[in-house]
Amino acid sequence: MTPHGRAAMTPHGRAAMTPHGRAAMTLHGRAAVVGIGETEYTKRSPRTAVELQFEASLAAIADAGLTPTDIDGVIPVGITGATAEEYIANFGLADLRFSAVVPHGGASGIGALQAAAAAVATGIATTVLVPAGRNVSSGAKAGVRIHQMPQFHFVTEYERPLGAIAPAQLYAPMARRHMELYGTTSEQFGSIAVAFRQHAILHGNAVMTKPITLADHQASRMITDPFRLLDCSLESDGGAAYIVTSAERARDLARPPVELLGIAMGHPDSPSSITQRPDMTRIGIAKAAPIAFEMAGVSHRDIDVAEIYDCFTYVVLCQLEDMGFCAKGEGGPFVEDGKLRLGGALPTNTHGGLLSQGHMLGMNHIVELVRQLRGDGGATQVDGAEIGLATGYGDMGDGGLAIMRRSS
Amino acid sequence: MNAQRGYSDGAARGVLVLQKCGSCGLVRHYPQVLCPSCYSFDVEPLESTGTGTVHSWTVAHHAFDPAFADQLPYVLLTVDMAEGVRVLGRFSGEPAMGAAVRITFEPAPDGSPMPMFVAV
Repeated sequence: MTPHGRAAMTPHGRAAMTPHGRAAMTLHGRAAVVGIGETEYTKRSPRTAVELQFEASLAAIADAGLTPTDIDGVIPVGITGATAEEYIANFGLADLRFSAVVPHGGASGIGALQAAAAAVATGIATTVLVPAGRNVSSGAKAGVRIHQMPQFHFVTEYERPLGAIAPAQLYAPMARRHMELYGTTSEQFGSIAVAFRQHAILHGNAVMTKPITLADHQASRMITDPFRLLDCSLESDGGAAYIVTSAERARDLARPPVELLGIAMGHPDSPSSITQRPDMTRIGIAKAAPIAFEMAGVSHRDIDVAEIYDCFTYVVLCQLEDMGFCAKGEGGPFVEDGKLRLGGALPTNTHGGLLSQGHMLGMNHIVELVRQLRGDGGATQVDGAEIGLATGYGDMGDGGLAIMRRSS
Repeated sequence: MNAQRGYSDGAARGVLVLQKCGSCGLVRHYPQVLCPSCYSFDVEPLESTGTGTVHSWTVAHHAFDPAFADQLPYVLLTVDMAEGVRVLGRFSGEPAMGAAVRITFEPAPDGSPMPMFVAV
């Protein structure tokens, strides 16, 4: 315990009490993911985002060996799927005790995991469902969505009129600055795209199943310099969901629980405008990562598998640096030698990610991490994976990560 | 108080107008209600010298809105203004990190005044 009355975050941080009787401020070992579900990822699904979200939700509930009426908390991710109220109506829930909205775009899956873990650790709810559903034709297109969100009104007022409309155009200056400062190359971005495509092909449930080479990446058309088509993630349709309960309850459920070791979220400086950000190459996860790793009580070398939010190739490279897997500026050399491939030092996006599996707001990254840590990864299973992490990146750079471990 | 009005009025007459804290003098952009340093609501307009250096850029080759299709390719330039804030604007030419530029305003496709940088 510290002199200031806050308990130190020990590797096993639970139960440490302060002089004022407050439990240690940690979620280490307090919650687990006990169910996962997802739909097929496609383009132009005839089904609505809400239908896709409910399909994934029911799959996650069945996976956990639960029934819909066991759900007493829900945190819908994204702004086009079903709301908490629709869960009460469609599941016939008598007492939904906890709901929340997380405003972090592609980091919302991690933000929701943090909120869900806090809810089950404190007993506010016992069983929290985190679902997402997306159908591009129902308004989930990223270039439209940002301008519907109140926190980004600066972008709509000052940047959109110039033709800075879509995330690709707003993020490209971050990548360009990184290239100019550190000599990072388009080929290094391309090595990320090629690795994830190989994983998607092996995985099976993926929108993009055609092999690509670095030459294909370099030949793909320029969208907004330095981003080529193959640096950009997909607009796709589908649903994904996971279920969180307390570590104690998790042990009684159907599947081997995957335990939460550490989790944190961070906002970047100038959270609503990349243009005004003091250091354009540093995003929110740089603040979250030290907290999550300390809470988890593990080091970077302990991470067996990583599912890293990949709306654009550069964003993967930037997160690797900001999480401390390499120093700022060294992301290019770090990714180019195959570390991110299956069999590499840090197998990453074993499902193909947003770049090749499908854009499910990073919810598919959490589902895939749980699958890997259960040993259910199929053709892309990382041998002996015990500890892994999933990250999120939202809109102008909100970020977070969850470090998880398979139950022993 | 309309936080954006000083900027809009200035842009209409071709001048970049920033916010200056009426209490501690901190210059800020984009417009916001509070000074993030001293939390004062007091604010006064500050006319920028209009000069700056290139911080980063992108060159758009794809129109995410058809209204911009006939302008492709176009450069979106991020500039460090002399006052310590940044401005996003259009640019004609080959961008280079640190290059000196000056701001002007030209009509955007929607008719509003659009920041346009020129090399100096």
